[in-house]
Amino acid sequence: MRKIDCKAIENCIYNLALKACVSLTEPCKKALKSAYANEDGQTCAFALKTLIENCDAAENLNIPVCQDTGMAVVIMEIGQEVYIKGGSLISAVNEGARRAYADGCFRQSICDPLTRVNTGDNTPAALHTEITDGDTVSITFMPKGFGSENTSKIFMLTPSQGTDGIIEVIVETVKLAGSRPCPPVYVGVGKGGRFDTGAYLAKKALARDIGIPSARADIAYIEKEALKRINALGIGCQGFQGKVTALGVTCEWAPTHIAGLPVAVNIQCHCVRCQKAVI
Amino acid sequence: MKRISLPLSKQEAEKLKAGDCVLISGTVLTARDCAHKRICELLDGNKNLPFKIEGSVIYYAGPCPAKSDMPSGSCGPTTSARMNAFAPRLLNSGIAAIIGKGEMSDDVRNALIKNRAVYFAAIGGAGALYASKIKRSELIAFDDLLSEGVFELYVEDFPAIVAYDCHGGKIYL
Repeated sequence: MRKIDCKAIENCIYNLALKACVSLTEPCKKALKSAYANEDGQTCAFALKTLIENCDAAENLNIPVCQDTGMAVVIMEIGQEVYIKGGSLISAVNEGARRAYADGCFRQSICDPLTRVNTGDNTPAALHTEITDGDTVSITFMPKGFGSENTSKIFMLTPSQGTDGIIEVIVETVKLAGSRPCPPVYVGVGKGGRFDTGAYLAKKALARDIGIPSARADIAYIEKEALKRINALGIGCQGFQGKVTALGVTCEWAPTHIAGLPVAVNIQCHCVRCQKAVI
Repeated sequence: MKRISLPLSKQEAEKLKAGDCVLISGTVLTARDCAHKRICELLDGNKNLPFKIEGSVIYYAGPCPAKSDMPSGSCGPTTSARMNAFAPRLLNSGIAAIIGKGEMSDDVRNALIKNRAVYFAAIGGAGALYASKIKRSELIAFDDLLSEGVFELYVEDFPAIVAYDCHGGKIYL
């Protein structure tokens, strides 16, 4: 067994969160620049230019690129040869996030669902764990804003709806979202599994770099075709009517039941923020 | 780019057309979901608001905490559609303009026309850039709501687009 101290995990989460909230991912910056170069609509081009300038401003001022520094989504792949020592893993994750949100001057956005009372320190983090082979811990930190999260959907399709049905619901979700989620959006899709796995797979899809197609040709086709049809909707940056409504579509999949075809569509705004590390 | 100095008069509001790019300077008040709920409860109870609502500009935003060397933390717009239920009430109470992002309901558009008010779309996600346009910030009401409280912001050259004008024009599909 390889021993990893909780403190190392806490510090890793802290550093990932500090960077993630202030910087867009490199593929996202590249996609925004390419969208700006390809946009004919004057108002959309102005908005895209503003977003590119915003990205530089955030890094120069060392402040969050967007004030919605989100829920602290953490995806942790824990090798089965790892022994985590020195305390509680869950507490370490929360403490890393709590310190980063306080020290980074990030917004505290977590509240009770009914009373709406804010927890005051942006915890608890939204921790997902997976057991993998090996003796490392892989950590993905994604601050997830809710303007886009609110427009996400899950569909329990029937097997006969197949590829066409999947593409249709992806495009429909983006169409219904319209200007609300801060387009151009990044679309994560989870196919297969169950009701619960669909949503998780869609979230994991958003952790993939923009522009890298699925290794499966039939899934890469769905990603490409859905993106083409989304950009034909004409919603444009911020809904100002233009050519670029989405920066990318990525799909993850899992085996499902013979009777079903769950499809979850998780919408991410153009602020794609995601940092990764391996301990 | 048109320059707008707040407060916004009805005459100036009438000159604005959907799609106009503007730079706004002056005082705006932030309010999101929870602050709107409280404002409407106070209005319903005929109670005094902790700030003057007539002629004000409401910015749908909840800033990040400020670093020691800046007046405000990141402060871009939040999704306006969540305020659909409240906006007509505030417009009928005299607010001059809304700043937010994304489409709003037909009820809001009608209330804008009726009250000769304007809905400006700020660029969603540009929180850092907007922070640099905020020269003063003070939490003036509902401080228990943290970032959801009402902040009085003094902004200079704050970029926005006229999304809904007071003649029924709109920029969205």
